[in-house]
Amino acid sequence: MTTTPTQDAQPKTRGQRFTGAAANYIDERTSISGLVKEVGRKIFPDHWSFMLGEVALYSFIVILLSGTFLTFFFEASMVEVHYEGSYAPLKGIEMSAAMASTLDISFDIRGGLLMRQVHHWAALLFVASIGLHMLRVYFTGAFRKPREINWFIGFVLFVLAMAEGFTGYSLPDDLLSGNGLRIIDGMVKGIPVIGTWISYLLFGGEFPGIDIVSRLYILHIMLLPAIIIAAIGIHMLLLVINKHTQFAGPGRTNDNVVGSPVMPGFAAKAGGFFFIVFGVITLIASTFSINPVWVYGPYDPSPVSAGTQPDWYIGFADGALRLVPPGWETEWFGFTWSFNIIAPLVILGLFIAIVAFYPFIEAWITGDKREHHIADRPRNAPTRTAIGAAGVTFYAVLWAAASSDLIATHFKLSIEGVIHSCQALLIFGPIIAYFITKRVCLGLQKKDREIALHGYESGRIVRLPHGEYIEVHEQLSEYERWKLVSYTDYKPLMIRPNDQGRITFGQRLRASASRWFFEDRIAPVSQQEIEQSKDEHH
Amino acid sequence: MADDHGDTAGSTAAGKDVEKHGAPAHSAGTAVVATDEVPNPGFLPHRPRVTDLDPKVDKQQERRVSMLFVLSIVGSVLAVVAYFAFPIEPGNMQSVRNNTLFLGLGITLGLLGIGVGAVHWSKALMQGHDLVEQRHGTRGSEETRAKAIEVFTLGNKDSGFGRRTLLRNTLIGALVVTPLPAIVLFRDLAPAEDPVGLLKHTYWEKGMRLTRDPSGTPIKASDLTIGSAFQVIPEGLNDSEHRIEEKAKAAVLLVRLKPEDLQVSEGREDWNYDGIVAYSKICTHVGCPVALYEQQTHHLLCPCHQSQFDIKREAAVIFGPAKRPLPQLPITVDSEGYLIAKSDFEEPVGPSFWERQL
Repeated sequence: MTTTPTQDAQPKTRGQRFTGAAANYIDERTSISGLVKEVGRKIFPDHWSFMLGEVALYSFIVILLSGTFLTFFFEASMVEVHYEGSYAPLKGIEMSAAMASTLDISFDIRGGLLMRQVHHWAALLFVASIGLHMLRVYFTGAFRKPREINWFIGFVLFVLAMAEGFTGYSLPDDLLSGNGLRIIDGMVKGIPVIGTWISYLLFGGEFPGIDIVSRLYILHIMLLPAIIIAAIGIHMLLLVINKHTQFAGPGRTNDNVVGSPVMPGFAAKAGGFFFIVFGVITLIASTFSINPVWVYGPYDPSPVSAGTQPDWYIGFADGALRLVPPGWETEWFGFTWSFNIIAPLVILGLFIAIVAFYPFIEAWITGDKREHHIADRPRNAPTRTAIGAAGVTFYAVLWAAASSDLIATHFKLSIEGVIHSCQALLIFGPIIAYFITKRVCLGLQKKDREIALHGYESGRIVRLPHGEYIEVHEQLSEYERWKLVSYTDYKPLMIRPNDQGRITFGQRLRASASRWFFEDRIAPVSQQEIEQSKDEHH
Repeated sequence: MADDHGDTAGSTAAGKDVEKHGAPAHSAGTAVVATDEVPNPGFLPHRPRVTDLDPKVDKQQERRVSMLFVLSIVGSVLAVVAYFAFPIEPGNMQSVRNNTLFLGLGITLGLLGIGVGAVHWSKALMQGHDLVEQRHGTRGSEETRAKAIEVFTLGNKDSGFGRRTLLRNTLIGALVVTPLPAIVLFRDLAPAEDPVGLLKHTYWEKGMRLTRDPSGTPIKASDLTIGSAFQVIPEGLNDSEHRIEEKAKAAVLLVRLKPEDLQVSEGREDWNYDGIVAYSKICTHVGCPVALYEQQTHHLLCPCHQSQFDIKREAAVIFGPAKRPLPQLPITVDSEGYLIAKSDFEEPVGPSFWERQL
């Protein structure tokens, strides 16, 4: 079990004696030395893109801290009050207690506005950094075995982060968030069979009722954070068990991790980075206002301001609603089928389902059951990268469509033109992005191959004795070359009959998926090719 | 455990044996197993940093880091000072701005000082070259796995979970049914009434005056000039018990056109009064207020999802995701010349819902 730290022969200073005694006290009660031994010198590889997940984690901590402060003052109630705070333009106006307490936090509590803005900016950063972190993991193939489950947990965290964002910005019960809830209500009502009742139960009666803010509040400050914290815990635990991926580099292999140890290098960098993230959020929050609810005023079902925008991460869903062509609603069997709502819900559902299950799909296609710890350079998996680019384009078009009215007014275009362009882009954009990306990847792979074999063009032109001009190619060092030649290469699946001599449908499906993925491939340079190219050059 | 890579550089070049350690080799699937790979060149020779070589630079960097930490202390103290030095004076927006700005800048300095200092310390002064740690397959060792299987086998044997199928199946059945009460419990999230009935009626009644939103003053037909638009609520709505819920259904937009510009369908001939028409302001798409009225074209635009309705053609949808026209409120004038409703809306207002037709 526990081991008592052995005493050195040398005399110790008072500080050392105290540290030793304290460590001993704790270890004899917790056996913590085992944990320290296990993780204290764990190695973390270094790359700027590995910080994106850290930004997400740290902004979440900032959200917890600032949010806790806000709960001490916020009143999650829709009871009608007359505002009597110090913001003159709204004095005497009827509003909910939620809105009034939000105004009090902003205008009557020192640092209250700062904390509200820290909370909101940190939330925006939280969702953004999770999104970028997911893109990094996707494009480098870091979701492959053994990390498929951790990808899925990360995906769940992304959805939860958006849910936190939406429940959070609905709380002040201002005009903008009220209209957001109105849209949610309308969407829910459009769901076949259960929609009307779900909306009725959610709002505790007819929209907007007097319950929704307190209900969202309990989700926002208790249920969702609890699930997020648990999911982050599992996410981190699996990270420690799987160890971090690393990019290919000299000396780095699939069975080692190269980087700095937790104690002290990584801890100092990561700990310091937490303070930097917190500091930058505070700097933004103290200089840029966000969600000025006092400008919007309290919720009223009748007015709405032009150019209403949801927070950016909800944009893709709002855009999907906007891009539905006219007339997608019908009555069958005496019921109303709102395809203008069902279609976006189904399409978005499919989209996020593909995101959630992509690692399992790719694993099925490659049939590769080995562990992968070397992160791919995106170009070395051209089809995956192209699919990613198509997905990003699809998301980006939906997202841009959520600002269709602002695009139209800012660039002096007709709203119809903007919507029709977005509709066309939604279908053709991903296809175009797919093909361009795939070609660019293959082109880059060819270039890598060329450079690995023949070196790079030095720009030095030499005239040979017999009059020929050549450009001298500088060879790479073996360290530089390693990055270009070490990647996993796949070829399409060959269909073979099974034991009964039959070719199953699943086999055919997998073969065609495999052909789609790996038909165009550039093989990595082999040692023999390098030897040959050396002979050619000399 | 981590090693200094000087010791292990030779062995790490060997390749992909992470899965070995006792487990059966895993299929590489359609991966091309290279036979003639370019060998891993091993680690780059270590290059010392300037702080490793020059004790003067080392000392200078140390001072720099501690300066940053001191700066952090200054920032935190300034934040406390700012809290008191820039109080919020009721009604003075500039004081709120100053309080936020200077408190925030102080805290920022306090945080960034620690952050930048710690990162700089790590980069410039802590042990600088990469260390190496070996990976082991994620899969447990064969021995561990055998033990785990034994645990389950014993558990199964001792409990008879696999053998006593009656027990097992009834238990699974019971577990599936237990959450049912929880689902039923949520019924009272909303009042007892049926939502469908509520959605079909609004606050409007026969003879109720049209009044301005939000003041509630009644409107005379003569108040409206051609092309003008009024935001309207029913008389008495401001004093009703469920003001906001009722307003979310009863909000109306009142517009006056030239009577000859209106295309009136059969049965609606007397729903307008001398070119004055009233339409529900709640979008038939997802319920946003259709708030933007274009005077020249008599089009209504919903700012949320850009559905457009043509007032001249009984608010028919001319663009956007909405399907149904905005419901029309039949109106007329009373003996004093005030605009009144002839009845409630004849169809449900607002977003579509499943039971709308019934």
